[in-house]
Amino acid sequence: MNLPTLIDSLISDTVQRSLPLFGPELALCATIVLLLLARVIPVVDQIPPLVIALVGAVVALVAAIPREGMAGLAAIERQELFTGMLVYDALTVYLRLFLTAFAVLFVILSRLTGIADRQDGQDYYALVLGATIGMCIMASANHLLSLFLGVEMASVPSYVLAGIVKGRRRSSEAALKYAVYGAGAAGIMLYGVSLIAGLLGSAHIPTMAQRLVEFDVAAKLADRDYTVMVLALGGLMVGVGLAFKLSAVPFHFWCPDVFEGASAEIGGFLSVASKAAALALLVRVGIGFTEAPQHGAEPPRQPVAAAAASFATPPAIRMVAATNGDERLAQADGQAGRSSDQTIERAGSAAEGSPLSPVRTFFVSVVAAVAIITCTFGNLAAYGQKNIKRLLAYSTIAHAGYMMMPVAAAIALAGDNPAAASDAIAALLLYATIYLFMNLGAFAIVAFLRNAMQSEEIKDYAGLVSRAPMIAVAMTVILFSLVGLPPLAGFWPKLRLLQALYEAGGSLLMFALVVAAINTAISLVYYARVAKTMCIDPQPDTSRPVQLGFLPTTFVFAMALPVAILGVLPELVAPWTRDAAAGLFGV
Amino acid sequence: MNLSDPIAYLSLMVFLPALGALVLAFFPRGREDAIKFTALGFTIFTFMLTLGMLMEDAGGVNFEAGAAEMQNLFSAAWIPSFGIQYLMGLDGISFPLVVLTAFLSVLAMVASWPITKHVKAYCILFLLLETGMIGVFMALDFFLFYVFWEVMLLPMYFLIGVWGGPRKEYAAIKFFLYTLVGSVLMLIAILMLYFNSDLTLLNSQQLADAGIFAVAAEGGNPQTVEQAYQAWLASDDDTARRFQEIQAETNPARRRQLHTFNILALQQMGQLENSPFSQNVWLGRSIQWWAFLLLLIGFIIKVPSVPLHTWLPDAHVEAPTPISMILAGVLLKMGGYGIIRICYPICPAAAYELAYVVCGIGVVSMVWGAFAALAQNDFKRMVAYSSVSHMGYVVLGLGVWSLGMWTAGPGGSATYNADYWKMGVTGAMYQMIAHGISSAGMFFCVGVLYDRVHHRNLNEFGGIFGRMPVYAGMAVAIFFAGLGLPGLCGFIGEVFVVLSVWKYSQLLAVVSAAVVILTAGYILWAIQRVYLGAEYRGPHGEALTPMTVREMAVAIPLVVFAIVFGVYPPSLLNYMQPSIDRQVETLAAWTERYDADREALQNTLNNDQEQVAAK
Repeated sequence: MNLPTLIDSLISDTVQRSLPLFGPELALCATIVLLLLARVIPVVDQIPPLVIALVGAVVALVAAIPREGMAGLAAIERQELFTGMLVYDALTVYLRLFLTAFAVLFVILSRLTGIADRQDGQDYYALVLGATIGMCIMASANHLLSLFLGVEMASVPSYVLAGIVKGRRRSSEAALKYAVYGAGAAGIMLYGVSLIAGLLGSAHIPTMAQRLVEFDVAAKLADRDYTVMVLALGGLMVGVGLAFKLSAVPFHFWCPDVFEGASAEIGGFLSVASKAAALALLVRVGIGFTEAPQHGAEPPRQPVAAAAASFATPPAIRMVAATNGDERLAQADGQAGRSSDQTIERAGSAAEGSPLSPVRTFFVSVVAAVAIITCTFGNLAAYGQKNIKRLLAYSTIAHAGYMMMPVAAAIALAGDNPAAASDAIAALLLYATIYLFMNLGAFAIVAFLRNAMQSEEIKDYAGLVSRAPMIAVAMTVILFSLVGLPPLAGFWPKLRLLQALYEAGGSLLMFALVVAAINTAISLVYYARVAKTMCIDPQPDTSRPVQLGFLPTTFVFAMALPVAILGVLPELVAPWTRDAAAGLFGV
Repeated sequence: MNLSDPIAYLSLMVFLPALGALVLAFFPRGREDAIKFTALGFTIFTFMLTLGMLMEDAGGVNFEAGAAEMQNLFSAAWIPSFGIQYLMGLDGISFPLVVLTAFLSVLAMVASWPITKHVKAYCILFLLLETGMIGVFMALDFFLFYVFWEVMLLPMYFLIGVWGGPRKEYAAIKFFLYTLVGSVLMLIAILMLYFNSDLTLLNSQQLADAGIFAVAAEGGNPQTVEQAYQAWLASDDDTARRFQEIQAETNPARRRQLHTFNILALQQMGQLENSPFSQNVWLGRSIQWWAFLLLLIGFIIKVPSVPLHTWLPDAHVEAPTPISMILAGVLLKMGGYGIIRICYPICPAAAYELAYVVCGIGVVSMVWGAFAALAQNDFKRMVAYSSVSHMGYVVLGLGVWSLGMWTAGPGGSATYNADYWKMGVTGAMYQMIAHGISSAGMFFCVGVLYDRVHHRNLNEFGGIFGRMPVYAGMAVAIFFAGLGLPGLCGFIGEVFVVLSVWKYSQLLAVVSAAVVILTAGYILWAIQRVYLGAEYRGPHGEALTPMTVREMAVAIPLVVFAIVFGVYPPSLLNYMQPSIDRQVETLAAWTERYDADREALQNTLNNDQEQVAAK
């Protein structure tokens, strides 16, 4: 293959394949460029930055909706974009939809709370949308380079956003702290990336999984070959970067300080979008390294089933397949597509003996252990908080712990029960989706109340129910939904999560189940304390009336109402999450 | 909407109060009387709906006395992707409790008139609470049950926390936490049962009984079960499709399970010969053993039984009077209902094994509650502890499993005699209703005094008979009903329970009979200190005005029912007995098989050992 043909194929791959599927990100890019140019071109400068940002975000949202509508989600086939840098599948589509929808809501919220004024509105919106692009890339990363790129693109704007309120010491301190922590974590992660990529000779995740199969971890372990240790170390180092984004213990120290220092809106941004993207990345990495590639390492042009039947099977799987050869032959002259599906299933069900099972065990144990500690720590640390943003920061840490549990369960299940594994990922997506309404709503209320009463201390919320009954009721609904109390929406993802853990079984995951269940009861105390302060405590004599405009109240209701409605009818979004996760494990 | 359709009628019964809450939300502030009357109207209408089921010609659906099986069973898809159904029905066990709930809600709403703080919010929360309570008793999908169970928590938390007494916040969060811990344990048990359930193990008759498919009994062409089964399989119902797929799978290794949350189906599975819940999971115990334990803890927190009862005195004392009435009258019954509806039929083997534990908990609660009540100086706290003691009878009655009650049948075959067991369960159910009447009445009587003199110190009363003769007369009647005086409602349940226990364990019977003396002790002593005596010794004596008409309207029905249920038990038993008998008989038949199996197993083991020894 000479250079011109290479370039030709590259161009055709980019223009014909990748770019059409990269629409939302392109729309966001264009909006950012427009926002930055606005200052230079006087005509454009007349347009309020809000309008540009809002239109850009809405265009991105529309572009993110799959062409066939949400019903077509299940039919989306896995494709690799930009020569394998990114992956396009139902999960990508769902998460992009989630992130762009969040961007739209967030732009509106920023306008309502007045955090982005006329002067620096362009900068602010450019940063928000830039970070959203980074998160989209995180959600679709298929290569360690795009993984790192995504994390950094999401992080760097976040550092600035944390310090966007000028002239506030706490805010600048938060931004600096965040940046320093972030830089450290990024450095460690990059080192980890280089270790793994160096050992496996590639940075393309499916290729690496293939190499990992050839590497034969189990045999190396038996031989006491310590290159495995280097690999594990590299994996842990990448994990540090992810844990930082997830604010998982023990890399959570930045979280409460940043949340307290930054304005509440930014807290909402970091806790919802950033966390969802980081979880998606965790899923990508988890599946990428623990699933022997079913799709062939090089661009899978064929449909999944055909590819699986025709590609060079990794050694161990081939062996397993051979033992079942007779049956397979018998089925093969039936329906070809069906039999290859079953081959995949059989190969999967033999995963205990598969060369990747040590990797899987390693991943599951690390993620589950971190999740258990994170969840318990977050809930316990939230007890003593007096500042609402700090309390919500610890609450997001705890929820990150809950959300990591289904990832561990999914990877544990991936081998012998792919359908249940997809259900676990669907639980995660449902969690993230409902969490959007709960947490964005909570932070929006905090921001509106800050504007109205100049305080973010919980004790100043005393008797709020008589001053601003609507807001107090909305906050109470959201808080109890965060506890996970039916019939509010927060209950369903928790239930699905417990189901996934139960189905995965094993002593560690059963322990995680018990911990998650007990944590629900623990978390009640501090969430109820805020609700109690608002609804039960008497109003202090010194308090002034709280006036919230019509639009802020509407926004709060737009967040709280789905929490109540999805609590009764989770079916409104649950099928989408299931479709989005369905294709992940080759079912 | 066609009210002769069970789905419409039963849904209306459950959600009418919630609808009322929604209506009230749009009421303007300041119209407090209008709000109270509207709320009262909704509770009365709900009560009338429950009574309407007793009338043949009232339109709507009927509840047939004397029928044992589930009536008005219906199901609809609620969250198909999680396998959760909107499944409800009524039988002789749940129907009396639903009527009790609706009845007490009306009385409690009338008793709520003195509430003046945040009236609108109070009424909204009260009505939401009623929806949760009625829903719990009607839900037959385990998940629906769980959701209703939790729906009650939030309104109750605020009702205690906002309108309660001086330590209301502590009491409210304590109530909330205890119940939440219990329900989280219940959730784990639900998952355990769900993931081990398999609908394909059931035959067509069992599936029809569980409401998986409906058998058209009336109309032009009555179906047989088999016809309905075939029709169901042929339909495009999702469950039917998966049912067939799994049945068609011949390779046992690839056979999957069809999980369900259907309580009736889970009951059938739990009583199967080789129940899917009997596999060992952990520490040599079976799934049903663990599930039973978790569920039992969840339910006895609600009952509440010693040692998990400590939330109750706080919650009852701090709650406002009407909420105390609801708490004691209805919420405590949910624990007992859960045990009889869920624990025993779904996990019979574990229940059999742990029968002594359950009975022991019941007796300990009775004794502990009675002694604690004796020691109280706070009138309301005394009544609260009396609830712990009285609910102990319920747990004891449910726990009775007349072990070894074999009587020689005709032809030398031994049959299992379940008569005493039936008596125990009937006694427990009767006690639940009776306690619902008497404890609500006792709390109301305390509330009447407290509204006037604003204290509850037992040592600072006296002479109420002279100042408020009508009130004192009714109060004494209600307290005697609580005491278990023959001729009043408390007597029947207690006697049934104590009699049935004698055959099970004489020790427990003696202890539980002795508790009656303690009960008489604290109640008579309280009556003496409060109502008798020469003159009133406490503060605010001038406020002791006679009972108002509104207060009479609450007290008189309670007194009437206390007497009716005491004098003429069939008024209640006609409805309850068939369903209780049916459940106990199926469980007795199950016990027979189980014991026979165990005996056979033991024999083979012995034979093996003998053979080994012989070699």
